[in-house]
Amino acid sequence: MKELDELHLPDNIGYTDDHEWAQITGDTARIGVSDYAQDQLGDIVFVELPAVGDSFAKGDEFGTLESVKAVSELYAPMSGTVVAVNSVLQDSPELINQEPYGAWIIEIKPSDPSEYEQLHNAASYLELLKG
Amino acid sequence: MRYLPHTSEEIAAMLAAIGADNLDDLFASVPADCRMTTAWNLPSANTAKSEWELNDHMRELAGAMRLDDNASILVGAGSCRHHIPETVRSLASRSEFLTAYTPYQPEMAQGTLQGIFEYQTLTARLLGVDVVNASMYDGASALAEALLMGLRIGKKKKRVAISKAIHPHYRAVVRAYLQPAGFEAVELDLLADGRTDLSGLANLEDIAAVALQSPNFLGVIEDLPTAGAAIHEAGALFVACFTEPLAYGLLKNPGSCGADIVCGEGQSFGIAPSFGGPGLGMFGCKEPFTRNLPGRLVGETKDLEGRRGYVLTLATREQHIRREKATSNICSNQGICAMTAGMYMASLGGTGIAKLARLNYDKSEYLKDSLVRAGARIVFAGPTFNEFAVAFPTDFRPAYERLLARNIVAGLELGGLYPELAGTYLFCVTETISRQTMDAIVAEVRA
Repeated sequence: MKELDELHLPDNIGYTDDHEWAQITGDTARIGVSDYAQDQLGDIVFVELPAVGDSFAKGDEFGTLESVKAVSELYAPMSGTVVAVNSVLQDSPELINQEPYGAWIIEIKPSDPSEYEQLHNAASYLELLKG
Repeated sequence: MRYLPHTSEEIAAMLAAIGADNLDDLFASVPADCRMTTAWNLPSANTAKSEWELNDHMRELAGAMRLDDNASILVGAGSCRHHIPETVRSLASRSEFLTAYTPYQPEMAQGTLQGIFEYQTLTARLLGVDVVNASMYDGASALAEALLMGLRIGKKKKRVAISKAIHPHYRAVVRAYLQPAGFEAVELDLLADGRTDLSGLANLEDIAAVALQSPNFLGVIEDLPTAGAAIHEAGALFVACFTEPLAYGLLKNPGSCGADIVCGEGQSFGIAPSFGGPGLGMFGCKEPFTRNLPGRLVGETKDLEGRRGYVLTLATREQHIRREKATSNICSNQGICAMTAGMYMASLGGTGIAKLARLNYDKSEYLKDSLVRAGARIVFAGPTFNEFAVAFPTDFRPAYERLLARNIVAGLELGGLYPELAGTYLFCVTETISRQTMDAIVAEVRA
């Protein structure tokens, strides 16, 4: 497993306490899991995705990640409606391990874009990880 | 792996390792009001019996029963008497299988895992599903788990519908599982022909899954393809349940009739009815639902040197890893019973199962026809396999008692389970019932 200073934590996205990230592009936001999350989970073998059109409030469970050693719930970093799911992950879930920030999981239309401001930036997320 | 009790030296060594003086210290954390305070109700040591005396005592108890070993029993109702081939008895009693009855240290027990893998494979073929688990406790718990699985897949839906022709005990278990969890099981009425009435399904809302049993408790074979279409039309999952898997040696299997989840009792396959248990919960589903399947699953894989090996797979869904989010609270399976059913299916083979199913059907039809000619009435017009309900022109009880005195149990009176069917009898005719026995029953009806 990676040491904390080996983690890749880009600056242009927001992070949650539960290790999801959100990135705003135009009027939608893509959501995935952090380098820390994928590293802790180990080899990811299955992603359970929601359906396009499903709505979630911030903190709701929107899917699961299954690795060889655990199943983890995914929690929505922001409220909104799913406009796209990354169906490539159904056949290639390992992409989340390989490029955690390229392999977005869902794309939502946020119902309250200001929720983004409540997410951690890279520095405060790293502080959280350091405990 | 053999089961041996601990010696007093081993117990002393273990207590020393954890710093406890005696066994009472070990259990000190168990609250006083949770402990047994009364003495065991056992005969005192000075009345202990020798092996010979004990055998005599057991024979005496057996002799006190109204039936002996040679009785002809025409009662099924979820627990059928079938011939058990000697191959099954001989293989299943091997200590490698029997004492290591469930794989707690799974990958150590490659033989057990391979046996269960073969059980899963044979059961999947019989039921027409893509994946079968390593078994559940019995048919009733399997059905309850199937409905919970349907509710998991149905996400926000809170209700299921179950046919009234599902075994009454199974429905009681379903209620026990569902009610405390805030779910509701709606019961579906029967049509005059003994099949389940699905016409009201479209008016029921919030239904995650619909369960039918076929052949159902009253012996009638449900029209599964038509039912499946109606259930899917209503946006629910189709759960097909059974108490007599042998029927699928003759009938189209539930998977090919559109069932999403198939579950039921596997006792017919090499397991003696005993006093009603243990049974075997068979459980399978179509591939898209695999990750919602409760229980353990054995998979085939290759080791580092490319050799074939067996592992427990998808264990991440189970409670020891996923805790309260697990697919089920079941943490074990009926290892030796599943193994036995696997041995039974392998002993008979596909052709043997088909022939035996045909024999059950033919014998059952013979008794049905003979009873009708003797003036009895078959209660339901729907087709049956090896079980059917009969109404008699006069009270059948005296004839039943006379037959019982001759070591024949002529059916199960249905009033206790279905008050509206009081006075009618459910007959089960397997290959163990001779023509002479059936003729004796018919003669009593005529008398």
